[in-house]
Amino acid sequence: MISLRTTYMGLTLANPLVASASPLTKKHDNIKRMEDAGLGAIVFYSRFEEQIKKERAAIDHYTGVGTDAVGEALSYFPQSALEDEGQDEYLAHIQKAKESVDIPIIGSINGVSPTGWTDYAKDIQDAGADALELNLYNVASDLNQSGAELENQLIETVKTVRDQVTIPIAVKLSAFFSAFGHVATRLDNVGADALVLFNRFYQPDMDVEFIEVTPSLHLSSSNEMTLPLRWIAILSGRVDADLAATTGVHTNEDVVKYLMGGAQVVMTASALLKKGIPYATDLINGLENWMDAHEYESVDQLRGCMSQENVPDPNAFQRANYVRLLSSYAID
Amino acid sequence: MRKPDSRPSRPRVCMDGNEAAAHVAFRLNEVCAIYPITPSSPMGEFADQWSCESQPNLWGEIPSVVEMQSEGGAAGALHGALQTGALATTFTASQGLLLMIPNMYKIAGELSPCVIHVAARSIAAQALSIFGDHSDVMAARQTGFAMLCSSNVQEAHDFALVAQAASLNSRIPFMHFFDGFRTSHEVNTLELLADEDLRALIDDEAVLAHRNRGLTPDAPVIRGTAQNPDVYFQGRETVNARYDELPDQVRKVFVALAAQIGRYYDIVEYTGAEDAERVIVIMGSGADTVKQTVASLTAQGERVGVVHVRLYRPWPTEAFLSALPSAVKSIAVLDRTKEPGSFGEPMFLDVTSSIQRAVSTGTWAGDMPCVVGGRYGLSSKEFTPAMVLGVYQHLLGESPKHGFTVGIDDDVTHTSIPFDPTFSLEPENCTRAMFFGLGADGTVGANKNSIKILGDIEGTYAQGYFVYDSKKSGSRTLSHLRFGPSPIQAPYLIQSANFIGCHQFNFVGKVDMLERAEKNAVFLVNSPHGPDTVWDHLPRHVQEEIVDKEIRLFVVDAYKVARETGMGSRINTIMQTCFFAISDFMPREQAIAEIEQAIRKTYARKGPEVVRANIAAVEATLAHLHEVTLEDVEAKGHHAMPEAVPADAPRFLQQVTAKMLMDKGDQLPVSAIPEDGTSPTGTTKYEKRNVSQHVPIWEPDLCIQCGNCSFVCPHSVIRAKFYDQSELADAPAGFPHAKLRGRGNPGAQYTLQFYVEDCTGCGLCVDVCPAKSREASRIKAINMGEKAKVLDQEREHIAFFETIKDDPTAIDWSKVRGVQYLDPLFEFPGACAGCGETPYLRLLTQLFGDRMLVAKATGCSSIYGGNLPTTPWTKNDDGRGPAWANSLFEDNAEFGLGYRLTTDLHEGMAMRLLVEHGDSSGQGALIQEILNAAQEDEQELVAQRQRVDTLIAHLESLEETPNIRQLKSVVGQLVRRSVWIVGGDGWAYDIGYGGLDHVLASGRNVNILVLDTEVYSNTGGQASKSTPKGAIAKFAAAGKVSSKKDLALMAIAYGNVYVGRIAMGANRQHTLKTIREAEAYQGPSLILAYSHCIAHGINMTEGMQQQHRAAHSGHWPLLRYNPLLKDQGENPVMLDTPEPTIPLREYTENEVRYSLLRRLNPERADELHRQAQNDIKRRYAFYRELAGIDAPPLDDDQEKRS
Repeated sequence: MISLRTTYMGLTLANPLVASASPLTKKHDNIKRMEDAGLGAIVFYSRFEEQIKKERAAIDHYTGVGTDAVGEALSYFPQSALEDEGQDEYLAHIQKAKESVDIPIIGSINGVSPTGWTDYAKDIQDAGADALELNLYNVASDLNQSGAELENQLIETVKTVRDQVTIPIAVKLSAFFSAFGHVATRLDNVGADALVLFNRFYQPDMDVEFIEVTPSLHLSSSNEMTLPLRWIAILSGRVDADLAATTGVHTNEDVVKYLMGGAQVVMTASALLKKGIPYATDLINGLENWMDAHEYESVDQLRGCMSQENVPDPNAFQRANYVRLLSSYAID
Repeated sequence: MRKPDSRPSRPRVCMDGNEAAAHVAFRLNEVCAIYPITPSSPMGEFADQWSCESQPNLWGEIPSVVEMQSEGGAAGALHGALQTGALATTFTASQGLLLMIPNMYKIAGELSPCVIHVAARSIAAQALSIFGDHSDVMAARQTGFAMLCSSNVQEAHDFALVAQAASLNSRIPFMHFFDGFRTSHEVNTLELLADEDLRALIDDEAVLAHRNRGLTPDAPVIRGTAQNPDVYFQGRETVNARYDELPDQVRKVFVALAAQIGRYYDIVEYTGAEDAERVIVIMGSGADTVKQTVASLTAQGERVGVVHVRLYRPWPTEAFLSALPSAVKSIAVLDRTKEPGSFGEPMFLDVTSSIQRAVSTGTWAGDMPCVVGGRYGLSSKEFTPAMVLGVYQHLLGESPKHGFTVGIDDDVTHTSIPFDPTFSLEPENCTRAMFFGLGADGTVGANKNSIKILGDIEGTYAQGYFVYDSKKSGSRTLSHLRFGPSPIQAPYLIQSANFIGCHQFNFVGKVDMLERAEKNAVFLVNSPHGPDTVWDHLPRHVQEEIVDKEIRLFVVDAYKVARETGMGSRINTIMQTCFFAISDFMPREQAIAEIEQAIRKTYARKGPEVVRANIAAVEATLAHLHEVTLEDVEAKGHHAMPEAVPADAPRFLQQVTAKMLMDKGDQLPVSAIPEDGTSPTGTTKYEKRNVSQHVPIWEPDLCIQCGNCSFVCPHSVIRAKFYDQSELADAPAGFPHAKLRGRGNPGAQYTLQFYVEDCTGCGLCVDVCPAKSREASRIKAINMGEKAKVLDQEREHIAFFETIKDDPTAIDWSKVRGVQYLDPLFEFPGACAGCGETPYLRLLTQLFGDRMLVAKATGCSSIYGGNLPTTPWTKNDDGRGPAWANSLFEDNAEFGLGYRLTTDLHEGMAMRLLVEHGDSSGQGALIQEILNAAQEDEQELVAQRQRVDTLIAHLESLEETPNIRQLKSVVGQLVRRSVWIVGGDGWAYDIGYGGLDHVLASGRNVNILVLDTEVYSNTGGQASKSTPKGAIAKFAAAGKVSSKKDLALMAIAYGNVYVGRIAMGANRQHTLKTIREAEAYQGPSLILAYSHCIAHGINMTEGMQQQHRAAHSGHWPLLRYNPLLKDQGENPVMLDTPEPTIPLREYTENEVRYSLLRRLNPERADELHRQAQNDIKRRYAFYRELAGIDAPPLDDDQEKRS
């Protein structure tokens, strides 16, 4: 009997496949469908720092336009709607999800600055989330801010949130640090329960016809998984935090690779967006079949078998890999 | 609803008259049938709000609140609810009450107890007015409803109960009314009635008896029968005893109220000297003013008094005569209404006949006094102690004038009596503060907050009254606040203030703010100039007043504090802090603490950031507040108050409009005002409002001359011309121009001119500008810049631009690019910055303005289009332009059809006379050309115009015979008139739908434009049947459940109606094409124009983008139905957005009306959104079928994408 059971940040999961943050979770029906498809846990869509900080102010601003300006219309919105603090849609979604599924629900906040929104982490905990994923995404466009300052800000932010909540915290990061391993270690030290590698950015694109910057969203492909795979393999066994792999998970083979590299769980969003939620069942079954075919009994057995610690040539995850690839290219 | 708590059971609160009345009415009813109309709308809004909040009535039920399609509908629903045994009410005013009259007769005739609460308002006559008087209630005095009048906010609260109790006891329905705005909108300290108080007065047996009289199949009866001559008359007389007994019954309720709460009122109340010889009879808020004056005069030994009438119908003859002092020699009955042609106004007639009958029957012991009637206070005209004194002085005369007026200067029929405007009764122990603010700058909100803070202090009483102008952008507000140790019953504006707050520095040069400042008053100015320099920036007249009145001057740079503390441009908290700091209501530290507490309470829902910023602003304020040292200062400023209109403006503007613009309209005599309400057009151009500090700046080299900017400009401030190079010979230095793009016209130049002083700075033009710099994409062909830097230069450029001769015959009217060259004959309206309606109106005038008749339903566009002092409809160089009139809200389609009937008749008459004239005229060829002209496109119309002008010249040269005179009177009709019926969705979908439907069915050649904002914009955002599913609006506070009515489809069903649904932000060319097709169609046409609005809660700068999303999400599919295509064998349905290309959420997520519901109730929001998305799918499937588009049905991709 093959065991897919795993743990992630202390949570028990039926299998290591986790739905990554995506718009799919905005629809409540999809939450249930994800559980039915067999996913081990669900990371909710991200609540953005900008939303937390400015949404109410924006509502206040736009409902205030024209107020007390002309005698016939002293306001334009029903007073009850303005006075009611209302529910937070995101928190309500989490609450509802927790009421309807048994698998762990992980809230997600996408932030950049260390202040003005961290209270919200507590709100997510109070809404019933089993854990929290902090997507700390900062484009270092301030030319006067050093890498060290940015890293310190990142660490401070995680510490602040750590002080706010008791539920486990995962930190989702970009790979763009001078010394990512060091950053990972520092995060580990301040209490991050998991590191999620890596964030895929919504990179701006350009419309050359209208000469405009446009947001772009390209779903990932399998060939994007090599960077997170490398770092998971490097960090595996060297930090206490669990490692979660995200980006480029489209086949059961991708899942296997991440687990071999040392990932505690493997997350996917693009595959589910492209092929539908039931595809998660295919991935899980595919993993099980692969393990069966290759005589693995549990994911724990599989996990990390190809981490940097466990491969015969640790340099394979470092520069040597680069050189070898170049050489092979030259030979061809 | 603020519920009375247990400690004490009747808390003191500050609220306005509307809330005070609704507070009781809601608790005492089961059904509220409502419809918005100023100034009563807030009563319905409160009822709706409390119902949504599941607040129970006195019997534990949550009242059912239903918005109807009109006041007529509300009265019908009220009638039905009463007939089936419910306790029911409604709230209304003015024309709304008039629409209820038919049902009021029925309700009274059937002895159905209920109360209609009325915020009494003028009735539209020579002009509409939203303000207060008794014209409306007096027009309903004959219906059989009893009439109980409240004079102030406390009474509006108490009498709502008294009226209900008396109605239930007597079965006579009541109109409970109070003065619109003066009482309905005045905030004052009052004691709230507890539920126990209501229970003590409301007899449950009477409630049950009413319910048991309700129609039921268990004990069926029939009502509403028809009676014949044999019994109808007797039937009318059956109720006499009930009316005879009613005054006593009301008095008993007053007695019961006094026993319960200790406040005693009477149905008629006398105040004054026991031996008074001169008496005023009055009701409403003016009674408090008279009482206050009487107290002052009797203290000086004057033998004067006032009879305050509270129960007006049934007229309490006995109580009135009892109240009247026997020594009275002369009586002035003051009516707040006007009945032209009557011997006197209603209450005068009641009083006169009562006394005359008493004298003749010997029941009046004294001599017959001299009784005269007078009018006062129409349309909220001020009624002050000075005017009261004037009336008493008038009564001293040997033969007091009957039918006099007070408060105006009638220099025509000399009805007005004099008064001394310097007489004032402002209490000494009362703080009287006036604040001048900009609309929506938070001044009014902060003042309401101050009233709350101070009014909550035990032993302090507060009063607030707020004056607004009618412009929807750049409007001014004036707050009048009184605070003192005694109850404040002074229902008139502050006569002399001891504190003046100026929240916008540019007001000092525009408004005489210190006119009402008393000696040693404080003048607080929000000034960019510090204490050392501000003096030099004050106009001379301000300096003089400061010196003469020894005024203390304080300055604070509130905008600087706001910027530095993260408040943006919100200065309200800062100015409020200064007010408290300077005044000595309480120790400064306590005042700061109170303000901060209020901030936490007020802004908690806006998030911690907002609270933090406000508190930071409070804390930073005092360091920036400075008293200006005024020792040795001299009034030597150079700045003088600018003229309101330029010296070359027409005479009417110089003599009349200018006074109104300078807030001196009250001084205009009767002779200055047109007797039939006719006003000249083209007046906004003389009022340079300079609303925005930021205006568009043109980059000629980048501009592609597309015309998009002028097409979307809501205020018609962007004008384009192309012209011959030689025109530039006298151009001022720096006059911008560029080579005209496109084929032909080699050497022609192009200029885009911005009328910067008329610009509101909305930024729509920049947003739609497609041209960007090749070097830096952030720079467009139009960019917003600081007006101060370009103002002088632009004034010079505009003056030159207007002299440039262009060639209108070379314009392509069918292209957006071409339309920019057409003169807009609708310019500089007082609409909101970024208004979505006005660009459509401007476009109509560009295309058809010189032959256009406009019928305009009441609403936003009748206010920014027709509210004095200035109006935007204007004329071209030939003196031709749109002729505009507003009838009512409900009848606009019929009103416009009337235009068409006249036009068709007179056109036919002109043709007949022309044919008759033709034989002997020697102009046979010309006449035949005129009679046979096609007049379908613009070129043909231009040719016809020229032919008719030639004909007119010919007629002028002839000897005038009766037929020639007749022909000359109608000859203009030979150029095809373009009749436009314009209104909003409240009119078209709701109150005017019946008429609109009938006019569409008439087949007559009218063009109907619906400026669809999907909400009642003008009255403040109430839901209409156009409001979309899932959007929040007033009366749909929990999100509208029903789908938006598909008016286009309903009109298409007629088959012979041209129908267009347009959104210029989605497709400007489509908008242009549709409007031209509709106008050319010789039958009825209906255009539904998507109009973004501040009531949507959007960034108005991106309003056109939002229109694009509305169309392309399928919420607002662009379509045309052209009946002419049927004749050509084609499908008349053209679905111009063949399928949605973005999910609905991409549209809704940008609008607070939707996002607010997601915050309040995410599940409901999701469900309504899902339904709305499905509605689109279904609707599109049907449209595509109609349009004969053979394509697969929409799949679920939209849902996936969302």
